[in-house]
Amino acid sequence: MPESNVLPLKPKDSQKAGAGFLISVDALGYRRGGRSLLDAVSFELGRDPGITVLLGPNGAGKSLLLRLIGGLIRPDSGTIRFSPDFRGPIGMVFQKPVLLRRSVRANLLHALAIARIPRRERTGILARLLVEADLTHCAESPARALSGGEQQRLAMARALVGDPVLLLLDEPTASLDPAATAAFEALVRKVAGEGARILLVTHDLHQARRIADDVLFLHKGRICEHTPAATFFRAPASGEADAYCKGTLLT
Amino acid sequence: MLFYSQLLEIVALSLEVSLVAVMLAALIGIPLGALLAIGRFPGRTALIVLVNALMGLPPVVVGLGLYLLLSRSGPLGILQLLYTPTAMIIAQTILVTPIIASFSHQIFADLHREYDEMLRAMRASRWQTILTLIREARHALITAILAGLGRALSEIGAVMIVGGNINHATRVMTTAIALETSKGNLRLAVSLGLILLALSFAINLALHFLRSRLERAAHA
Amino acid sequence: MRLPALPAALFVLLLPLAALAGKNEIILQSTTSTQNSGLYEYLLPLLERDTGLRVKVVAVGTGQALKNARNCDGDVVLVHARDAEEKFVADEYGLKRNDVMYNDFILIGPEDDPAGVRGARDITEALQRIAAAKAPFASRGDDSGTHRKELRLWKAAGLDPGAAREGWYRETGSGMGATLNIAAGMGAYALTDRATWISFANKGGLAILHEGDPALFNQYGVIAVNPAHCPGMNIKGAETFITWLLSEKGQKAIASYRLKGQQLFFPNAHSALPGNGG
Repeated sequence: MPESNVLPLKPKDSQKAGAGFLISVDALGYRRGGRSLLDAVSFELGRDPGITVLLGPNGAGKSLLLRLIGGLIRPDSGTIRFSPDFRGPIGMVFQKPVLLRRSVRANLLHALAIARIPRRERTGILARLLVEADLTHCAESPARALSGGEQQRLAMARALVGDPVLLLLDEPTASLDPAATAAFEALVRKVAGEGARILLVTHDLHQARRIADDVLFLHKGRICEHTPAATFFRAPASGEADAYCKGTLLT
Repeated sequence: MLFYSQLLEIVALSLEVSLVAVMLAALIGIPLGALLAIGRFPGRTALIVLVNALMGLPPVVVGLGLYLLLSRSGPLGILQLLYTPTAMIIAQTILVTPIIASFSHQIFADLHREYDEMLRAMRASRWQTILTLIREARHALITAILAGLGRALSEIGAVMIVGGNINHATRVMTTAIALETSKGNLRLAVSLGLILLALSFAINLALHFLRSRLERAAHA
Repeated sequence: MRLPALPAALFVLLLPLAALAGKNEIILQSTTSTQNSGLYEYLLPLLERDTGLRVKVVAVGTGQALKNARNCDGDVVLVHARDAEEKFVADEYGLKRNDVMYNDFILIGPEDDPAGVRGARDITEALQRIAAAKAPFASRGDDSGTHRKELRLWKAAGLDPGAAREGWYRETGSGMGATLNIAAGMGAYALTDRATWISFANKGGLAILHEGDPALFNQYGVIAVNPAHCPGMNIKGAETFITWLLSEKGQKAIASYRLKGQQLFFPNAHSALPGNGG
């Protein structure tokens, strides 16, 4: 069982100094139908901003782990702890954006209302989110008529309501073309740069290489390693990760 | 023979009775459908089965039951509602509510499946969830309401019994058609039937345009 | 859908109040034959002009009309089945029974008359010929005045086709008009009151094949519902209605009603019908 490492990232510590975790996952287990889908998953994410890529082949349990952390489902065993001063919501973006049958603006206003943001503050935040996600030009368009990339950026903007310190992104670019993927990755980097910790699920090695600060490698419901991206891509510690990078991992 | 003014009177009463009944049925049926789709409470499955079964309720049975209730010798006789448009509205509301509730249940169940994860990720309260779904369902709900209106307008068994087909008081399109048929005025009866058909067609057309306008606003 | 809720609720709540306010009206439980003939549309405006009374007619079979009145869902009954009417009064559901008018029943059937009832001496023989020929016969089968009359006529002819479940004897379970439509559709014989027949528009290949037998007279009676049994009923309105109907004016009005040039009902409030067994 590989030790989970708390990774000190590049010292970009404008953030509250001090170590400690933002989120600590301990011996997480999840079973369905007699099969163990997640087994003794343990790791920590630090409080400093950055992008953690949760990498692994199909069926490794990546999306499941993300939903457990997001609180959408409960684990059968183990714990997920947040730092004592953890505040605010957890933003989530799914592979398929689920948008209301309303305009872009109305979608964001709806999210602001759900988050119980005071009415008088909403207009200002709305404008900021539109700029952030580069959606100002289509604010009045029906959300479901947008391009795939725009839709996913809107989902991201919606997830940013309430200024989450943790964002969970589940293969957000899986159905986007390269240009839209690049735009979305730029947005993710910008958000991380503004102080959020992002946990992004992907099975796309190239994407991981492009944006990961550190990599969590998941295989068959187990964490194989958690290392800084540079280390991971240079010399993966686990045989599974090495095989995956070489395209020879059997699932 | 039927005169033009009489015809107008009959058509107006038909519309009044059925529209009010459908409105009431929507006010009951839509929240009920939402509750069945989203709520988790004991007896929910049984209630879903019951509502679906009630869709097939024979109008005559509703009329008879309501007659026994509203008859002056019945438990609610004191209200003096028998042979009034109100009694007809009640009968049609009973007939239409299960239809609208059942359609709404399906609509809300589908939407709930689609939006549930997203809304939970947004930490929406139950109440916020229901309001969001009702708002999102509004186009589809028009279909449910139309189905109910179709049933109400074309129904005869219940309104005949509790309305009594009284001239100038409770005569509606369907009971007038039955009366003219029994007089052997088949051509007049068919003409009335065609008017009923045209009416229902016009309402459907109007709501169809309303719906596609709403949808254009939301999608295109 | 949310805005109109309040007006709708108000509307529903106010309707019964409106009904209570306009109290100068009665509900008349009557038969399909009188309604289908158009008599009420002629008579009731005259009544309303004279007395200010509005009459709401519920037209069902005689049996149903009497049952509804027993449930207090009417103020007056005007029907045609003397035995049942007298029982209704004897059971104290109604006050006095009054003769109002009569017409007669006729036997109708296909023009080509497959059972050969045209030559029959009386209605008894006519029915026997139909039974012998097993020619289709459409019966109301709905406990109406006409249905009761028909059953008595079969009995008098020594036959009981309903009980025998004969294939040629079809119980429609419907009103007079609906039964005539069925008879026209399948070329069947049927017993009908003359008023419905004259006003009936869809005669198809049907014709009158037997008429005039004294046993075919059809007496109508009017009865006010007993206020002791139904405290809420409008006894004043009921009395106004009956008094007017039996008055010289009302009787004349009945006699003057014509459809297609023919008199349909013959007033007889003041002269009992000879030879009418009911």
